[in-house]
Amino acid sequence: MRKIACLVVVVFAFGLMFCASAFSARKTIIKIGINAPMTGDIPKVGEGTKYAALLWLEDIEKAGGLEVGGKKYEVELVVEDNESKAESAVKANTKMITQDDVLAIVGPQSSKQAVPAGEVANKYKTVMISPWSTNPNTTLNRPYVFRGCFLDPFQGPVVANFITDEFGFSKAAVLYDVASDYPKGLAEVFKAAWEKKHGAGSVVAYESFTTKDTDFSSQLTKIVKSGAQVLFTPQYYNEVPLIVKQAKDLGWKGPIVGSDSWGSAETVELCGEACYGLFFSSHYAAAGAKGETKAFIDRYKDTYGYIPDDVAALTWDSLRLAQQAIQNAGKITGKIEKDRKAVRDALAKIKNFSGITGNMTFTEEGDPIKCAVIVKINDKGEYEFYKSSCP
Amino acid sequence: MESLIGFAQFILQNLINAPQRGSFYAVISIGYSMVYGVLMLFNFAHGDIFMVGTYIGFGIATLFLALFAGFLPGPLIFLATVVITMFLASWIGVFVEVAGYRPLRSAPRASAAITGLMIGIIFETGILILLGAKRLSFPPLMESVSYHFGGVYFTNVKVMIIIISFFLMLALHAFIQKTKWGMAMRAMSYDFLAVPLMGVSINIIAPLTFAVGAGLASVAGILYGQAYPILDPYMGVIIGWKAFVAAILGGRGSIKGAALAGYLLGFIEIFVATIFPSTLRDLIAYSIILLILTFRPRGFFGMEHSTKLRL
Repeated sequence: MRKIACLVVVVFAFGLMFCASAFSARKTIIKIGINAPMTGDIPKVGEGTKYAALLWLEDIEKAGGLEVGGKKYEVELVVEDNESKAESAVKANTKMITQDDVLAIVGPQSSKQAVPAGEVANKYKTVMISPWSTNPNTTLNRPYVFRGCFLDPFQGPVVANFITDEFGFSKAAVLYDVASDYPKGLAEVFKAAWEKKHGAGSVVAYESFTTKDTDFSSQLTKIVKSGAQVLFTPQYYNEVPLIVKQAKDLGWKGPIVGSDSWGSAETVELCGEACYGLFFSSHYAAAGAKGETKAFIDRYKDTYGYIPDDVAALTWDSLRLAQQAIQNAGKITGKIEKDRKAVRDALAKIKNFSGITGNMTFTEEGDPIKCAVIVKINDKGEYEFYKSSCP
Repeated sequence: MESLIGFAQFILQNLINAPQRGSFYAVISIGYSMVYGVLMLFNFAHGDIFMVGTYIGFGIATLFLALFAGFLPGPLIFLATVVITMFLASWIGVFVEVAGYRPLRSAPRASAAITGLMIGIIFETGILILLGAKRLSFPPLMESVSYHFGGVYFTNVKVMIIIISFFLMLALHAFIQKTKWGMAMRAMSYDFLAVPLMGVSINIIAPLTFAVGAGLASVAGILYGQAYPILDPYMGVIIGWKAFVAAILGGRGSIKGAALAGYLLGFIEIFVATIFPSTLRDLIAYSIILLILTFRPRGFFGMEHSTKLRL
């Protein structure tokens, strides 16, 4: 008798589970993929991405779901770790598109992963918004790939102009990682912009290293010797402290200027006072922000205990862009291919989107037209707004 | 004339840069050579043992600085950190031998080599899970002071690294040449079949060798943390490979050779980047080493027979 009772309970339980799953399958859930470097070379970037996404999800859940065409849909985030590697980013995108049926993907962040991962997203006709990738190739000839930030061909001249106007220098040195898409691309753009301004040969030292190098003494010795007045190094936060400290030890006295990859919250934490007073170009500046930007910064700081870096802010904007596009698409049919196309078309049409990192309008390539900010690391180690430069 | 002085300064500056890098290669590659000398296998986990040693050093240094920074002199804290880190890290070496290699002692050499790689991956991911992927910044154990002398710059940290590495290698040399344990190691490397019959147990000498190698690597780790103060779980991979190259170049099993080749590697890397475009650094530097090995396959001090018999 007890056995039969047991059996009945088990069968009933299974039946219930089956019912529940069948029920949830009928209800359409909007899935958004997040492709972020949770481990690997730049885990802080992954953390910022995830935290910003969780804040966004919190807002959606508070509103009871995402409203599309008068109907509320539940939203689910699928977070995949790309280990800060190109091949893992490709794998993560393929998995999210083909297995998880995501409607849109936000990420990957750095160009090293975003360029190859964009290829996959475009092939499978799924919207991908890279919040932080500034390399032109990410979106080039890929109708389904968008980004949330400005491009290197814009950023390079901004930095070159800033150095010229601010310091009046005419001889520059560049130190970059030759094995990574982003620093390499930006170094080339900067060199071209600088030489256009100051004539051929005005970049007096153009030195490189490869990812994972920690000793830059021979390159820096060359740079010090070259008579350069300023050093431009578009590197990530794990390399910047080493470069800055070694340069100072080898007798470098001039300013060191960076790009938006410096913007991570960890640059100053790892570098300490050696980095105070340096400049870099970025997407937004946390110190002295106003309005919606400030609201986001305060909320992030209250929840996670530190000031969000540009990656978090750009991820937030990218998710809001995706949300806007989904809402503009009008309705969710449940047929994933059709919905993806509708979202893509809606996203391409967005004009004057007001984000926390500035206003955006997409060009035909899926690149936003927006302003850049020159940030100064002040004496307290905060990222302070210094100057803004618009296209 | 002026440009000549400038050029001399430039060369001198690079001559000062090179031994720092070389010191790390030298101290780490000794770990490879010692193990090879005794057990005839390359411990491919050594780069990651170096990494774990650096993390241990980081933990001890942070702890000591928090506890004693006010009232103990800096050099004493430094010394205490080195000694305690060495002690703890040597147990990592013992662990690797006992858990990883001992069960495979009679297995083919390839299995042991693969085990080494596996242990390395376990250490990397273990640290990753334990401490998270966040980069850590090694606290400075001494204040860095930059000296400027006739157009050449160097820091006290750099000088300290070179002196301590040199001292470590001398101490190791004394240990191997003068002590009973050292003699047992040498005997084992000469013939590891006959020596156990004389009452010297390989089960003591092998872990001891690993322990000494790991201890050395951990001190290298502390010094590395002073020169390049950013720690990540994969920091040991590349430097481990390069130190392995140095061990081969120096001659398998030769400690003197490994030390010398480590410094040579440092010099080649720095000077290639100085003379040629830095993009081509590793290509040219390792082509030079390939060339040396083509003409001298057993390295600088490797024994003739060891290339024929093993690997």
